[in-house]
Amino acid sequence: MIVASNLSKRYPGGYEAVQDVSFEISAGQMVFITGHSGAGKTTLVKLIASIERPTAGSLVVNGQNLSALRRSAIPYVRRHLGMVFQDQKLLFDRSALDNVLLPLQIVGMPRRESIRRAQAALDKVGLLAREKARPIALSGGEQQRLAIARAVVNRPTVLLADEPTGNLDADSATEILEIFADFHRVGVTVVVATHDQNWIERYHPNVLRLDHGRLL
Amino acid sequence: MKAWFAQHQAALASAFHRLWSTPLNTLLSLLVIGIALTLPGAGYVLLDNLRDLGRNASGVQQISLFMNVDASKKEVGDIESRLRAAGAGKWKFVPKEEALKRMQRSEGMAEIVASLPRNPLPDAFIVEPANTEPEALEVMRKEIAGWPKVAHVQLDSAWVKRFDAFLKLGKLALWMLGGIFAAGLVAVTFNTIRLQVLAQAAEIEVARMIGATDGFIRRPFYYFGALQGGLGGLLAAALVAGAVGLLGGPVGDLATLYGGSFALNGPSPLDALVLASAGAVLGWLGAQLSVSLSLRKFD
Repeated sequence: MIVASNLSKRYPGGYEAVQDVSFEISAGQMVFITGHSGAGKTTLVKLIASIERPTAGSLVVNGQNLSALRRSAIPYVRRHLGMVFQDQKLLFDRSALDNVLLPLQIVGMPRRESIRRAQAALDKVGLLAREKARPIALSGGEQQRLAIARAVVNRPTVLLADEPTGNLDADSATEILEIFADFHRVGVTVVVATHDQNWIERYHPNVLRLDHGRLL
Repeated sequence: MKAWFAQHQAALASAFHRLWSTPLNTLLSLLVIGIALTLPGAGYVLLDNLRDLGRNASGVQQISLFMNVDASKKEVGDIESRLRAAGAGKWKFVPKEEALKRMQRSEGMAEIVASLPRNPLPDAFIVEPANTEPEALEVMRKEIAGWPKVAHVQLDSAWVKRFDAFLKLGKLALWMLGGIFAAGLVAVTFNTIRLQVLAQAAEIEVARMIGATDGFIRRPFYYFGALQGGLGGLLAAALVAGAVGLLGGPVGDLATLYGGSFALNGPSPLDALVLASAGAVLGWLGAQLSVSLSLRKFD
């Protein structure tokens, strides 16, 4: 599903965020990427989401070699990934439902069907009752759940999250974690970057531990 | 195919929505574009009317051919057959006796004519050439002037030439004016779209992250630019039509005072369509430029 071999990312200026990393994540696995802050977790997530490009090595996601990808092909790769960001990146000028509709509009799904799908996704994260609310009216945990609904509405094969509980209290964080575990249970590959040790102790997932850009 | 259609429909709807949701901005932009297109549009309508005026003025495109006073009947006949051979169009022979009679009928001329010892007028032909292009008229004048016993050939259309030159100049000036205002329209669209891209930076960033193609992101802006330009064009057509409507009456009165009749023609539906299309194309162009430049920072 996700295969990295000798993957490196050097930013302009010489800072090497990820150095010579190799790993393999198979379909349906739940994997946590951990490490101190600045260890390269976010960069690794960005590489998988093809937000950043590798400077050396190769990274294959869903059978696509991301280092050899044409720029115009990137959107189609991202459509098979569900991305959850630490800062959610919700759009505050529209309702929760409209936020979840965006990925479906991007693939050109007819409106009636997209609304049905978006409502199903909201239901899955327990926000169906708040579909008309603006994100600003939602709590931090609800906002993160909304971001998850948007990430999964396209039924991606990989769910990718970068510090999804970074700004949340313990209870909300647990809720979010339960949702990820649910998706893992139905066969979605889940990759979560986090420094939250509670998660790892509770779920004993496969762990990729990074230290200064290198895999331990 | 269905998805493609749905996406274009959504982009168009979103462009409409953006126009509609900021009515004041939209109104101001439309006014700027409308006024920018009104000037060349009005110039075009004006030239069109002037050309009609030139075409309607009768007896303009004539060549007057005057024989020598001593030309014989046979020599006059010879010229007539030459005109026929040259395919000169229609002509009318005016014998000198008739010319004299006509002159006598003119007010105040009878006494002068009576006092003349003999008829000073020559035989003449009034030729209405088939081909009325100014250049063709000039060629024919030169040819006729070379025929025997022809004393003088006068092109009664010297002013037609001048008028034609004036129209050509007007057309050129109009193109230049049009070019300047077209650039203005592109600039206005460029700026409105740039501001929109800035205002929607968050949406563009998120859409990019979750798999939007360049086309998906650009399309609503293109539609917006084209729509704004097209509506501006229609507004310009309406402004010109309104101006013509207001000026039509006074112009008609003025024409009547000069003993003619002349009605000012407003822009036709086709003209309005041309203005709207020009606006749409230029708006699209401005949007294209703007989006290409503004989206670079999202890469």
